[in-house]
Amino acid sequence: MSALILALIFWLSAWAFNVWLSNSRWRTTRAARIAVPALFGITLLVLWEGIVRGLGVSAVILPAPSIVAQTFAASTDILWIDFVQTFLKGALRGFVIGVAAALICALLIDRSAFLTRGLLPIGNFFAALPIVGVAPIMVNWFGFDWQSKAAVVVIMVFFPILVNTVQGLRATDAMQRDLMHTYAASYTQTLLKLRLPAALPFLFNGLKIATTLALIGAIVAEYFGSPTRGMGFRISTGVGSLSIDLVWAEIAVAALVGTMFYGVMAWIERRVTFWHPSQRG
Amino acid sequence: MRNLLPILTVLAVLVGIWYLAVAPMNVRVALDTVERGGAEVVPAGSATRRDVSVWRLMAQNAEHVPAGYALDRPRLPTPAQVGQELWKTTGAMALKGRAWSKRSLLYHGWITLQSTLWGFALGTSLGIAGAIAIVYSRVADMSLMPWAIISQTIPIVALAPMIIVVSSQLGVDGRGVPKAIISAYLCYFPVLVGMVKGLRAPALSQLDLLKTYDATGLQSFLKLRLPASVPYLFTSLKVGIAAALVGTIVGELPTGAISGLGARILIGDQFGTPLAIWSALFAAAILAGLLVTLLDLSQKLILNRMGMQP
Repeated sequence: MSALILALIFWLSAWAFNVWLSNSRWRTTRAARIAVPALFGITLLVLWEGIVRGLGVSAVILPAPSIVAQTFAASTDILWIDFVQTFLKGALRGFVIGVAAALICALLIDRSAFLTRGLLPIGNFFAALPIVGVAPIMVNWFGFDWQSKAAVVVIMVFFPILVNTVQGLRATDAMQRDLMHTYAASYTQTLLKLRLPAALPFLFNGLKIATTLALIGAIVAEYFGSPTRGMGFRISTGVGSLSIDLVWAEIAVAALVGTMFYGVMAWIERRVTFWHPSQRG
Repeated sequence: MRNLLPILTVLAVLVGIWYLAVAPMNVRVALDTVERGGAEVVPAGSATRRDVSVWRLMAQNAEHVPAGYALDRPRLPTPAQVGQELWKTTGAMALKGRAWSKRSLLYHGWITLQSTLWGFALGTSLGIAGAIAIVYSRVADMSLMPWAIISQTIPIVALAPMIIVVSSQLGVDGRGVPKAIISAYLCYFPVLVGMVKGLRAPALSQLDLLKTYDATGLQSFLKLRLPASVPYLFTSLKVGIAAALVGTIVGELPTGAISGLGARILIGDQFGTPLAIWSALFAAAILAGLLVTLLDLSQKLILNRMGMQP
């Protein structure tokens, strides 16, 4: 029980410290902006550890974070193989193909106002559909290896990117387009110098949504059949063979990868659309 | 309604592409089937055909291509086949009075809908509660908001099997609860973000006005912040319900569930019946469309009654 009590004491003191810090005069500093959420996250881990140890929860149900960390450190080779298979081969390739296809489609559709009006509602509808369900069909069509995973990812990321890009390409107002017209700018010039930059904030919105979808698609597709590696494969077999600590290590990898992927996109967005009001802060 | 013609055109083009794609997708299976039926196929034998491209197979066996449009287990069914299968497992069964049989998609759709709505209710309440905490407490704003964003970058499907294991070990019966948790996890975030925006939407001058009326915190919440957030709430509810449905289906897919639309997809995969997969997919799509439309209508109705332009 002492572990549980210690965890509760830690929770209360961390909470008190956070309340104090967020009302202190340092609250606008960068350090405080990182420290408060970091302490919150650590508190969750400590509580988890305390509950598991204090109440003697079986490791088969919920292993303590410390055990997960040990497993993580001991099986980095397996985790790396799975990371390469699921993320680099499946999710990332599908992401790149899907984004490229959506961008090309968006540019083609954009040339016709008729098509744009027809496709936006349909694209919005498709973006809301549970597309993950196509995973078994893609595994059937493209086999067990990364190709089928990439195919699921392509379909999942296509519509959010398409809809956002088409909307972004329409984001310029008539005044700006008229100005380009008075410069006698050609279609390509207007596109490159005005409309594509103006579409970037929308595009990055779609890209950030797509990072999560890409990982979800790649992992779900592995539940339907994969070579004997990959995060989804390891998770589904780990649950069956009760090596729950490895499953949690795999979940930790998935969480890290998802966060980093999103973070990289957000970082690129800040560098590329620094001029946009939402980035100037 | 001026969008109707373009939408119909795009839909017609999509269906046309689908019909065209059926021929190359199914030609191998079709040739195998007609060959087994005793017909002449060039080149003979399924193994020798494996190295021949589908286009050559189609050119050399033009008279057998239509067989690809009427297969029992096609790689890519035609839209008409999917429609027939959908009708057979919904309307036709309902007419025979067996709407709630285990083979009916209405039954499985109902199971999925239940989990979706529970998850939606849970996720929406969590999202609204979190948004209120974030708007009123600075420490919640600083500590919760970054984790809310991080939580969405974690692929929930990785967690889904664990949620099911833990909840079954804790003695929770059935699969409804873990599915609802997964869909709540996916749908709380849009509601949280939308509500934070909505609760912060009133201008400073409006908040000041309420202060001059000596309004309490609760009064200014109920009479100003909450009404001001309703348009934002509905916009995020529409995103949220779609996400909740995705969550339920993700919760049904990898876990060996036996009822629900996701389970139909899973079972269709295991038994090699593509038509079952496709009809379950379309049923899920129709369900998503219905739910979003329903919310859209209630948004228009409520905003109208509140005197806001939807």
